Amino acid sequence: MNAIIIDLVLFTLLAAVAIQIVRLNHLFVVTMLSGVFSLLTAGLFITMDAPDVAFTEAAVGAGISTVLMLGTLALTAHSQKTTKGTQTVPLLVVIATGMALIYSTFDMPAFGDPEAPSHVHVGPFYIEETPELIDVPNIVTAVLASYRGFDTLGEVVVVFMAGVGVLALLGHKPIRRAVEARAQPANRREEDA
Amino acid sequence: MNQHIILRVITKILIAPIILFGLYVQFHGDFGAGGGFQAGVIIAVGFILHALIFGLSTTQQVMPMWVVRTAACFGVLIYTGVGVYTMLNGGNFLDYDFVSHDPVGYAVAGQHLGILLIEAGVGLTVAAVMVLVFYGFADAAGLFGTERD
Repeated sequence: MNAIIIDLVLFTLLAAVAIQIVRLNHLFVVTMLSGVFSLLTAGLFITMDAPDVAFTEAAVGAGISTVLMLGTLALTAHSQKTTKGTQTVPLLVVIATGMALIYSTFDMPAFGDPEAPSHVHVGPFYIEETPELIDVPNIVTAVLASYRGFDTLGEVVVVFMAGVGVLALLGHKPIRRAVEARAQPANRREEDA
Repeated sequence: MNQHIILRVITKILIAPIILFGLYVQFHGDFGAGGGFQAGVIIAVGFILHALIFGLSTTQQVMPMWVVRTAACFGVLIYTGVGVYTMLNGGNFLDYDFVSHDPVGYAVAGQHLGILLIEAGVGLTVAAVMVLVFYGFADAAGLFGTERD
């Protein structure tokens, strides 16, 4: 019963936040709301007994990405350009896609179903063999670091490449000068140069 | 933020526990929720908080750009290094059984050491890249740059 109430509250808040994100044009508020969205999602992951995923979502989604989005906002405009007129076609596309997604969930196994395909493939092997083969109490860590170590290496390299990409785009001086020049009144540009 | 004395004092108190918690998440990942990714992000948050309150230039004196860049590369290097080491010991790439000196008798010890090392690599790279990306954006936007301690 408690779980249902928590789920209802979280999903209601999630829907409210999502609707506000779509409606608002002020990007600072939208960034903050997307952080709230991530935090609510983390709460939902907790109710689904996935603390590892929730932890990552809270730290990365609600924490770091909000800060980075704010940094991006400092480089760009603060409000979204509004489009004039009603947008019937996009709305229809969104509704059709949503209905297709909901329709496809009818084929999915129920939440926590022990007979679900993902629970009868390699899952039992990990649960049975991890204490003997790897002997770490957190099987998530065993899967992440050992069984699928190559996968995780790929993820680390992706993170590394993201850093390299940002450095290549923003790590050199000309952009900073351009931003500073834009921020300052025109008559002071000569003195700085 | 020179006049915000409450923020400055609270930040000074908070940064050490944040980094300590990051290390806890890093090394407790085998036993509970957590691991290198989460720990890296939490440790990076400590430095980002420092930059928000004390200014980017102060933080870059504590953690210079070249240290962050080197750390980001070093994490990936540790991870792949473990993989190459297991290959040199006769196993497959990233088969941690071969991290130990005796893959048959001490395979589990090898697994423990291997997971510890690669998690350290993950944490190092993630923390460094997060700080690096933050430096990149904050520097390019000219944020927090003017406020020296």
